[in-house]
Amino acid sequence: MTDTDTNKPDQEEGNKGGLFTTLRSKVKSPSELNKELKETVLWKSIFRHKLDGSPRNRSLAVLSNVFLHLHPARINRDAVRYNFTWGMGGITFYLFVNLTLTGTLLMFYFHPSKGEAYRDIMFLQYDVPFGNLLRNMHRWGAHAMVITTWLHMVRVFMTGSYKPPREFNWNIGVLLLLFTMLLSFTGYLLPDDQLGFWAVTVGTNMARATPILGHEGPFGPELGFTAFNDVRFALLGGSVVDANALLRAYIWHCIAIPILASVLMIVHFWRVRKDGAISGPAPVMLESEAARK
Amino acid sequence: MSTQLPFLAEMDWHQVWYLISRPDNVPIVLLLILCPFYVWLAFREARKNDNLIAQLEADPELAKTHHRTTYPYKKGWPKTVQVWPHLLKREFLAMVIVTIILIIWSICLDAPLEDPANPNLTMNPSKAPWYFLGLQELLVYFDPWIAGVVLPSIILLGLMAIPYIDVNPRGNGYYTWKQRKFAIGTFLFGFLVMWVLLVIIGTFIRGPGWLWFNPGETWDHHRVDHQFNRDLHEFFGIEGTWPVFFFGLGFISICAGAIGGVTHACIKKMMPDMLKRMSFLQYQVTMQLWIMMMLVLVKIILRLTFVVKNVWVTPWFNV
Ligand code: HEM
Repeated sequence: MTDTDTNKPDQEEGNKGGLFTTLRSKVKSPSELNKELKETVLWKSIFRHKLDGSPRNRSLAVLSNVFLHLHPARINRDAVRYNFTWGMGGITFYLFVNLTLTGTLLMFYFHPSKGEAYRDIMFLQYDVPFGNLLRNMHRWGAHAMVITTWLHMVRVFMTGSYKPPREFNWNIGVLLLLFTMLLSFTGYLLPDDQLGFWAVTVGTNMARATPILGHEGPFGPELGFTAFNDVRFALLGGSVVDANALLRAYIWHCIAIPILASVLMIVHFWRVRKDGAISGPAPVMLESEAARK
Repeated sequence: MSTQLPFLAEMDWHQVWYLISRPDNVPIVLLLILCPFYVWLAFREARKNDNLIAQLEADPELAKTHHRTTYPYKKGWPKTVQVWPHLLKREFLAMVIVTIILIIWSICLDAPLEDPANPNLTMNPSKAPWYFLGLQELLVYFDPWIAGVVLPSIILLGLMAIPYIDVNPRGNGYYTWKQRKFAIGTFLFGFLVMWVLLVIIGTFIRGPGWLWFNPGETWDHHRVDHQFNRDLHEFFGIEGTWPVFFFGLGFISICAGAIGGVTHACIKKMMPDMLKRMSFLQYQVTMQLWIMMMLVLVKIILRLTFVVKNVWVTPWFNV
């Protein structure tokens, strides 16, 4: 049966003007299609240049794309080596993007209030499809980002990349380091379990002892600070870690610090470009040349 | 094996496994692997560059024509490459690898979730997240206002000051050790010992009651601390508010002076051009930060060896 079926067109092939030949002549090869697609108004409205290997179009591929245009069109031939940057800054940024995506998805299932918060985490773990994976990716991504930020700082130090003209960008980096750790820390409280509760209790207890601003710090009580008006009270929205602290941690974690960190990252990347792309691998300097500087 | 290394047989491997397999401790195990690896990598690159520098110093003619990196380069090769595809393909590869690692990690290991928060049931030990355990460990050695507020602020300000106090023009954009010994030595000491090591102690060594448990020692929740804390002046039998005040101040000043003096002498002898390049202010800030880091180390050692609680006792605060 199959035989006759497949033979049929062959038999008809001699039959000039037959249905099949007519159809075949209308069907285009993939390369023809591809060519025609790229002539369409739609295609041309999206992509503004050809996608071939010519240097001009390769540059345009980077420069005319909003996501890629943070890059220059060309860079130091050895700067692309993993040996030099370890890819650490890029990996840190990629983890941040990842965390933003998984974090947004988590927010759909999470109420930042006592009782509900813990239940929502249980719900994510046991009922939400892929909820557990989502939570795990967010958790481990956050830990990984802390580590990669540290390592990125080590690499920047070891290549002397904070030296002129990149002094300012190093400072932006230090702030990013701080915000990365605070981002992780504020997230720690959100499951509202014993781990987060005591970690944040221990952490914010130090704020009691802030000099001048804390009610147990040097000169704090003398200035009228008590457990109900000092800096720790401002952080927690109360004198103990409770519902207000949970809400505050949530807002810092999901809104305030991500915005601050994003702004700093924009500045950071902008400065990498404006400071003349990344620092190296630069030609080594000899003693005699250093002496002249 | 265990006959040769008796202490291994005595170790409580359950305890060891419990500690390194706590889900939130796994990142530190990762850090324990990644830190040495990347430090090694940086020093490998530094050695290559240092060799090249030595070679070029010895041969000024070669230095004039050499491309001055350890990477392959031939005359006529362009000095730059196109970002697409040379950089973007690597970024893409890194993204794929990170994604795979993250997904496998997340499939294999569940994020921790303890019992619901209960203010009446104190966790023992209660620990901050691991990346703050260095600071929590400092609480053993200092009052909270120093460990939790002053020292972190100084760390941040110190980091921010680095580009403005390190005026050495060498090593800008390449790995080197020989051209930046002081800067790299200080930074790595600060990062690896004063930060990462304290994190590790805080995570793996500190048990219930924040007491010291050697690796493999069973966490005994009923252990009581019989150590007898004393302030430094008590070792010398000094009494009275003001004598004690001036004793502590004097002790710290002498330590600071000694550390500063020795460091200054070393710099003068070994790195005279560092002194020449720096302004008075730059040198002062560098020295103050360096001395402060060393004083923290002195306090840690005094505490761990002689169980000294405070070095400087005043009516308002203790250090
Ligand atoms: C959220 C954290 C951070 C992100 C996403 C980030 C991202 C990046 C990226 C993508 C680069 C390009 C080169 C590379 O990949 O190595 C870079 C360069 C740089 N980063 Fe960061 N960074 C962060 C934190 C830091 C920190 C903590 C420091 C230092 C304290 C720092 C200082 C610098 C400097 C000075 C450069 C220029 C390096 C050069 O020219 O070789 N950054 N950063």
